[in-house]
Amino acid sequence: MRPSRRTLLAGLAALPALPLFAAPLTYRITPQPIGDGLWLVRGDDGPIAATNGGAIANIVIAATDAGTVLVDCGPSLRYGQALKLMAETLTGKPAVRVYLTHLHPDHIFGSAAFDPKVLATTAAVAATIEQEGTSFSDGMYRLLGDWMRGSELRMPGTILPGDSETIGGRTFRLLTLSGHSAADLAILDTRTGTLIAGDLVFHDRAPSTPHADLPKWRAALDRLAAVPHRSLVPGHGPRDLTPTAAIDQTRDWLAWLDGMLRAAVQSGSDMVEAGDTAIPQRFAGITTARYELQRSVSHFFPRLEAELLPRIDDKVR
Amino acid sequence: MALGTPQRDPLGSPNWQDLSASLLGEGDIRFDDRLRVTMPIIAENQHMFPVSVDARALGDVRRLALIADLNPIPLAIDMQPRPGRAFVETRIKLDQRTPVRGAAQLADGTWIVSGNWIDAAGGGCSAAPVSRVRGDWAEHLGEIRGLGVAEGEGARLRLAFRHPMDTGFVANIPTYHLETLTVANDRKETLATLEISAAVSEDPAFSLFVDAKAGERLTIAARDTNGLDYRAALVVGAAR
Repeated sequence: MRPSRRTLLAGLAALPALPLFAAPLTYRITPQPIGDGLWLVRGDDGPIAATNGGAIANIVIAATDAGTVLVDCGPSLRYGQALKLMAETLTGKPAVRVYLTHLHPDHIFGSAAFDPKVLATTAAVAATIEQEGTSFSDGMYRLLGDWMRGSELRMPGTILPGDSETIGGRTFRLLTLSGHSAADLAILDTRTGTLIAGDLVFHDRAPSTPHADLPKWRAALDRLAAVPHRSLVPGHGPRDLTPTAAIDQTRDWLAWLDGMLRAAVQSGSDMVEAGDTAIPQRFAGITTARYELQRSVSHFFPRLEAELLPRIDDKVR
Repeated sequence: MALGTPQRDPLGSPNWQDLSASLLGEGDIRFDDRLRVTMPIIAENQHMFPVSVDARALGDVRRLALIADLNPIPLAIDMQPRPGRAFVETRIKLDQRTPVRGAAQLADGTWIVSGNWIDAAGGGCSAAPVSRVRGDWAEHLGEIRGLGVAEGEGARLRLAFRHPMDTGFVANIPTYHLETLTVANDRKETLATLEISAAVSEDPAFSLFVDAKAGERLTIAARDTNGLDYRAALVVGAAR
């Protein structure tokens, strides 16, 4: 049906008064206060998509006497610039430190907005970023298009030597871990007792596993649970005040995933079926669950087949 | 549907008309979701995208094909299922965003087709296999892992081969892939026959349903494009 002139005019009148050219893509950075001189910028809990500009990771802003400290810097140059402006306006001090928790692009592709000296991580995380960091570029540009304009991953210019760093009177404990990826960094803000877990902890948002080592990840969760803390900021999903429910939930999901996939392989099932497995009721509140489950099937299933299915060829008989 | 007025492709594929003519030949084509094509919502790995085609609800199916329209090798699997056993699951390469479909030919020659679009980063057909990059492909060539489990009136088979499945689109690596797979019982009855192209992923894996009972011994025979034969045997396990 062709719309009449009248419906067209009514439709036009209903449009907001926007200029006729496309509005530039803009990230809305909305820091929520979560403690003394500490703010959380919540990421979208969906997958990386043009609708969210890839801004799916949680970011933390901390004020210190010497300047602003950030944990992770988002998916793109444009995000990094908006974050820097917001954080520096909020605290009134320039960004002096950006901790990079791990190599995944939703956490570190905003790095180009910062001075390399400010970008800091452990030697292990830096090595993974140098090896693989830029390989995410094509995929990010494909998924996000113009959101990514000008984004070129900047390598960390500072390697953190010790297990803590004090900046302007505020001490950050640095926890060198692995499991979500080959090298992960978690940070304890000692002033507020806030454990900033990076992607070692997901909360009410399904964990993603492209570089996961599940036994190491479990060990890292045990270590995080043993670190005294009052609240926890996960890499994705809402803050946890309990403060270990999110750690337990991440452990529970990973254990279920591993057990389910092993049982599927051992019963002769296949990847399509494993990806369609019913998600247990206790995970009903977890977003992006089917999507991450199907990604995880892709990450683990072929390896589990090689490990668990018996050899049947005549070379071994 | 009157003869000579083909149904419009519900997926709006740019090349379906030519492709279906060359792959499926004569015979009416009907689009029908009773042919179940199941795949993940995301192509996490374009070298290895799992798809299942299940035409068991269609009754007597003579041929079953797995097709990705916009792959340089569109036809991944072409099999002649036994009655009631028109099912296959495997992993395929994706070279770009493409419709992925199953096609089942009935006894009267009609093709039943269904499927869906899947978005993919692409390049799945033109990247060197992991085992070629690692350099250990020949060491493991022809290793077969597998399992048979009684299910309903038959048995479900899972078979996983080590093979580079070279497409021929990588410089200095000619086409080299498994091309046939058959499953037989000890009475020499053929239970499944598949033709396989290089669109199937490296280290190809297949799920099939066959007419066999718990305790029955089955033999698996495969041949690749260099004429190498691979053989395996398994005993169907009890239902789980």
